[in-house]
Amino acid sequence: MKPGISIADDKANGRHDPSYPDAVALAVEGVSHSYGPRKALDNVSFTVAAGSFTALLGLNGAGKSTLFSIVTRLFGMQTGRIRIFGHDIRRAPGEALRCMGVVFQPRTLDLDLSVTQNLLYHAALHGIHRREARMRSEEVLSRIGLADRLGSKVRDLSGGQMRRLEIARALLHRPRLLLLDEATVGLDVKARAEILGHVRGLVAEQGIGVLWATHLFDEIGPGDDLVILHQGRILARDKVTCIVAKAKARDLNSAFVQLTETGPGSEGTAP
Amino acid sequence: MTVVVTDDRPAGFSFAQYLTCMNGIVWREGLRFVHQRERFISALVRPLVWLFIFAAGFRQVLGISIIPPYETYILYEVYITPGLMAMIQLFNGMQSSLSMVYDREMGNMRTLLVSPLPRWYLLFCKLLAGTAVSVLQVYAFLLIAWFWDIEPPPIGYLTVLPALALSGLMLGALGMLISSGIKQLENFAGVMNFVIFPMFFASSALYPLWRVQEGSPLLYDVCLLNPFTHAVELIRFALYGKMNWVSLAVVGGCTVAFMIGAMFAYDPSRGLSRRGPAGGET
Repeated sequence: MKPGISIADDKANGRHDPSYPDAVALAVEGVSHSYGPRKALDNVSFTVAAGSFTALLGLNGAGKSTLFSIVTRLFGMQTGRIRIFGHDIRRAPGEALRCMGVVFQPRTLDLDLSVTQNLLYHAALHGIHRREARMRSEEVLSRIGLADRLGSKVRDLSGGQMRRLEIARALLHRPRLLLLDEATVGLDVKARAEILGHVRGLVAEQGIGVLWATHLFDEIGPGDDLVILHQGRILARDKVTCIVAKAKARDLNSAFVQLTETGPGSEGTAP
Repeated sequence: MTVVVTDDRPAGFSFAQYLTCMNGIVWREGLRFVHQRERFISALVRPLVWLFIFAAGFRQVLGISIIPPYETYILYEVYITPGLMAMIQLFNGMQSSLSMVYDREMGNMRTLLVSPLPRWYLLFCKLLAGTAVSVLQVYAFLLIAWFWDIEPPPIGYLTVLPALALSGLMLGALGMLISSGIKQLENFAGVMNFVIFPMFFASSALYPLWRVQEGSPLLYDVCLLNPFTHAVELIRFALYGKMNWVSLAVVGGCTVAFMIGAMFAYDPSRGLSRRGPAGGET
């Protein structure tokens, strides 16, 4: 069952669309982006339901990181519209960003600071008072099994621990949508499984909506919502089982090959 | 099981939240500075080398006549002290921008830029943090210089503080503006050659402008146009409890202009979006 969501409606400034369904955590509508003559995203549209796990599958160069950079406002939006729980990121970026936690593909931790210092810094950037931030830090660290590394320098952590810390940091301000861009890249099988399990647990236990960008098929479950991005265009968006069935393929791997071989301009399962 | 996720936070941010954010950014900058001891030592050694060696060598060559704000003949060491104070801030401003380029390459910068608080405010806090560090460095330098007989009037230590804050902001904002245009850390060496050295040498930091005018009227005009000259003069006058209004106007105006430029350059719809994602990301 989908989680129930209630949102503080910012009717006063009209930046939150009250008619917008609360069950939609992220809505990407007709987003295109170019680097000079090269088109990185072409009319990309999809939604992430609140409290769901949605995988964004694409090969390297598909445009996943560009999309993440636009959703998080690192890049400006050239065309289209993005709403996070109804907050337009162009018109109400602050409200949109505070609903969202992000784990970027490159590591964004400060290696010279300790685990706690990294969390406190992030909390301060969200206006969370130091006392409250300390409490939340201990809470999230114990949840990810790093409670005993509070004072450790981040550079002394393993790759998997750093990723878990980044996820903990992204959750510190209690977002309702979590974006993870290839969060398991460079990790061993065990660490990958742990991180994926942890994120799926967040969806099940805390009702957080997740957009999980990856190029690894084994990270996607049959019941997941899936968006396939290829050469900057959406080839398919549906439940994994539906995409496989519509492609008349054996499995997701075959369906993906079939869809991408026919090219971005060909008929896909995207409505 | 139905999981209910609620968000009853009021829209917008309170004054206390803005303050918490500022504290966090200044605290982090301070921590980084403390962790990088070499940076602190080199920030002190550089002006001290100029003071102890360069000034000692040139004191007999360069005579300083009585010029405002000085009321008597002064030693060359005394003359160049405000210039060296400004030099600390110049290097610190560029160092801060270097760290921004580094942060951007390493990804740390994203943590700052995805904060929900307004981006102009985040960048302003970053500037404040850099300025606070540079002011501490300047006072550490003045403390050591005091043992070298550089003794401005006691009130000068207080009156110079606002001047240091303003010049620190100006040079930090300039560094930030420059950092927005630098794509790779390696390119930063060019900043040394094309920004720091020309700004420092084409100013009144090492020699009074009337001396420059005697040697080259063109260079004199360049020095007058150089905002660093005015930062030096603002500090020089403030250190003796006086005010140089022209320098104040120039430094104030340049601070505003550089800040606006930096905030424009870091606007998501402009500065960063032109570049595309870092290597390996798409």
